[in-house]
Amino acid sequence: MSEIPTDLQYTAEHEWVASGDPVTVGITAHAADALGDVVYLELPEVGDAVTAGAVCGEIESTKSVSELFSPVDGTVVEVNGAAVDDPAMVNADPYGAGWLIKVSVTSSGPMLSAEEYATLVGG
Amino acid sequence: MSEDAAAATRPSPLHDEHVALGATLVPFAGWSMPLRYGSDLAEHTAVRSAAGLFDLSHMAEIWVLGPDAGAFLDRALVGSFAGMAVGRARYTMICVESGAVLDDLIVYRLGDEQYLVVANAANHDPVLAALTERVGDLGVSVEDRTDTTALVAVQGPRALEILQATPGLVVDGLPDLRYYAALEATFEVDGEPLPVLIARTGYTGEDGFELFVDAAATGVPLWRALLAAGEAFGLVPAGLAARDSLRLEAGMPLYGHELDLTVTPYAAGLGRVVKLDKTDADGAPLEFVGRTALYARAHSAPARVLVGLVGDSRRAARQGYDVTTRSGTHVGHVTSGAPSPTLGVPIAMAYVTPEASAEGTELAVDVRGRLEPVHVVPLPFYRRPSA
Repeated sequence: MSEIPTDLQYTAEHEWVASGDPVTVGITAHAADALGDVVYLELPEVGDAVTAGAVCGEIESTKSVSELFSPVDGTVVEVNGAAVDDPAMVNADPYGAGWLIKVSVTSSGPMLSAEEYATLVGG
Repeated sequence: MSEDAAAATRPSPLHDEHVALGATLVPFAGWSMPLRYGSDLAEHTAVRSAAGLFDLSHMAEIWVLGPDAGAFLDRALVGSFAGMAVGRARYTMICVESGAVLDDLIVYRLGDEQYLVVANAANHDPVLAALTERVGDLGVSVEDRTDTTALVAVQGPRALEILQATPGLVVDGLPDLRYYAALEATFEVDGEPLPVLIARTGYTGEDGFELFVDAAATGVPLWRALLAAGEAFGLVPAGLAARDSLRLEAGMPLYGHELDLTVTPYAAGLGRVVKLDKTDADGAPLEFVGRTALYARAHSAPARVLVGLVGDSRRAARQGYDVTTRSGTHVGHVTSGAPSPTLGVPIAMAYVTPEASAEGTELAVDVRGRLEPVHVVPLPFYRRPSA
């Protein structure tokens, strides 16, 4: 059972969201484990508008590829360039150094609590 | 990956070893097998630079025994086996009457009247059924020993040194063993020398060995001994994810991807395994299953051919994606694709029309709605430095 921090919110598509302004978005340890070693991140650019539930990027491993769904409506204000340069950070520290984007939120999408997400992934 | 799916699968004889090593186990062809132990990239890299230890016990081991064993395989498979030397191995295929590929196989001759056929786990049942059905009135028995066999592979440039350093593994002439050859050895368990069949074969593009042993008596102690002896050489246990990325770089086909019941060996670029001019013991032309259709295929232009593609951008093509011209005209489909860990670029194998198959042809792959530029390259993508 992979780690699911209780202070974060989650989506059914395996993103986590740290509240604040802007919010920080990443993928869960469960998603990172399922992908295997991440080798390529395609993320939106600073200034891009993102829409809750819509694809805004891709996370590619040797074995497979997963789309990144924006959990919120808003504007991208920061992209984790260090993780783009070294995508292994997503596997090594999915809730920390492996964060993906920061978004200034205009409207939030549907979110799950840590407990609800744990149920979703079979916890 | 749910508990239910795992429960419906058969465990490998090395299952407890994998659990103890922290493997991620996945259902694979009816078995529960390790996908990776930690990092699949690290496992891939270890095989290229040092060595990896693989559990391949899910593969099917089918023995063909009897005075007509060679003649039987000549009729049942597309290759030529009656005249093969004892101790040699051959890559081959079993086809159906239409010429389509039922499975790709490795056949080992282990005695005058003894052959071992190794088939893909996913094709265990159809291959066993086809072989059994093709016996006819020949003096041969087909015996399935999959359940009692453990198969482990040591693959990588340090593989020979690791086997030589493994306590209890007694084998004469290992350094001189040729690629696609096999010899009998022993491995000592509780003071008793138990038989090991060692073959210099593999599916990674590296030097390496595959070891067939009794599942109950020898599997676990041999696995542990290889893992312990290999540690000093950089050997790590490696799972199915690394196996797949390694074989793709080596340009090796995988049944269900490059091979299936819709393609002939010729389309896959493997027409060389089909021996159309086989003869029987009296020198008369020999009919084998699929010969009529394969003869026609051999003498006509293929509708599509298997090619290698290297991506000119970052996004990798995956199985099933459409291959097009740069302007978007459909020319084929991807059978396997991944970002190559060794080469650092996306690679793929694909079936395309002959017109689109020339080396250097600029094509594109529809990667989830966006055309990514690729170009045609010769296979394999990766060749080991000494080869």
